[in-house]
Amino acid sequence: MRRVALVIGLAAWLAGPIAGRVAVGAPMEKGAVPEAAPLATSRPPDPANGRRIVVDRRRGFCLLCHSGPFPEERFHGDLAPSLAGAGLRWSEGQIRARLIDSTAINPDTIMPPYFKSEGGYRLGRAFAGKPILNAEEIEDVTAFLATLRD
Amino acid sequence: MGRIVALLIAVLAAASVRAEGVQVPGIAPADRRSGFETMGPDVQAMQRDDFSNPAMLGVAAGEAAWSRAPENGKPACSGCHGDIDAAMRGVDARYPARDAKSGAVLDLPGRIQTCQSVNQGLSPQPRESDGLLALQAAIALRSRGMPIEPPSARGLSDGVQRGEALYRQRFGQLNLACAQCHDANWGRALGGTRIPQGHPTGYPLFRLEWQSIGSLQRRLRNCLTGVRAEPFPSGASEWLDLELFLRERAAGMASDAPGVRP
Ligand code: HEC
Ligand code: HEC
Repeated sequence: MRRVALVIGLAAWLAGPIAGRVAVGAPMEKGAVPEAAPLATSRPPDPANGRRIVVDRRRGFCLLCHSGPFPEERFHGDLAPSLAGAGLRWSEGQIRARLIDSTAINPDTIMPPYFKSEGGYRLGRAFAGKPILNAEEIEDVTAFLATLRD
Repeated sequence: MGRIVALLIAVLAAASVRAEGVQVPGIAPADRRSGFETMGPDVQAMQRDDFSNPAMLGVAAGEAAWSRAPENGKPACSGCHGDIDAAMRGVDARYPARDAKSGAVLDLPGRIQTCQSVNQGLSPQPRESDGLLALQAAIALRSRGMPIEPPSARGLSDGVQRGEALYRQRFGQLNLACAQCHDANWGRALGGTRIPQGHPTGYPLFRLEWQSIGSLQRRLRNCLTGVRAEPFPSGASEWLDLELFLRERAAGMASDAPGVRP
């Protein structure tokens, strides 16, 4: 998995700066996206809780960037592909890998790494030592996205 | 041999910059738009009309302060500079600038603070205080419509470069760089907010969300806490470097300070 990330990273590096603006949701080949094994959790995944996390502006804040089948939510972002049909396009392992650390799939991505506890440069004090979502929450969101099949 | 080593070092240095900084293409000069141009028509109307622009209250307070002499017998701003219209014309458009006496690079609030302490014998008003923002707004108004001058033309390229490195640096728990929002995704919807190009043309300005007038540093602090990063401490050189880069990036654009933003 590390190696895949490295190869993709090198390819991007060699290709040099991209001309023009980066297209939103440039389709990725399914085979190019690695899978991540389920995280150790204290309870089985709860897709209904996953849905709540996805729309929650403080927990998942996915709709800052993504749109999706959430008619009750007024504002959807348009920086990323719609989450509708995510469960058709990707396996659970691929969805999980995408959530854990999207930069391992696309080094230039804007999608935040949801399960990295090292944190970023000048990490805010209040967030030290904590990933954005914990293992249970990652599994809940993964299980929920896998249900988005149309 | 020495040449090869030098070449190797150069290549490695280039690689490390590349690896750290986000590389997205900048905005072509002809495609640059200020926050005024990209915001909604109702907020634009509010800024266009000086009677509805709340930042003009700050201008009035700043103009009064301009000619008010301190109680210690030292001169008012007007005592040294004279009429604000003539004396401050175009000044904001060429800040940050180097102080000829001390050699320090100062942004406009830093310049005002220096005058307050050196020339007026006062303890300077704090950044973000109403008094300092008011003076800054009154001075900035005298550059309205004028093109922003590039700091590189004043010998400040080093700061511009440091600022650009920060602009391309991923920050915080969300791991996002300024460039990823403001170069690669401006105009798109981040939830309910349109991402502007991030030009520093309108500061200090009245933000409806703040319900007050605020500085560029306050805006940048908001962007950093937004990505869950720890903002630089007040007075840190990084703020100045970021401002220098943003002013270079906006060179030639018209100043619209003191502005209004959503
Ligand atoms: C700051 C922006 C941002 C946020 C927040 C974000 N994403 Fe993403 N996401 C992206 C982008 C951009 C892509 C497109 C691929 C890429 O650039 O890596 C993407 C891709 C995806 C994909 C693959 C989509 C496809 O069909 O190709 C899934 C699934 C996904 N994100 C789920 C989520 C979930 C769930 C959350 C919240 C827990 C989330 N994202 C939060 C920006 C974001
Ligand atoms: C996650 C996206 C994001 C990141 C990262 C980000 N910003 Fe912003 N920035 C915004 C949004 C959104 C606004 C507008 C807020 C509003 O109008 O409510 C904004 C506003 C601004 C403005 C004000 C523009 C105006 O017209 O008044 C400046 C300047 C700015 N940003 C600079 C920066 C700098 C410098 C950085 C990095 C230190 C940065 N931003 C990081 C999203 C971002």
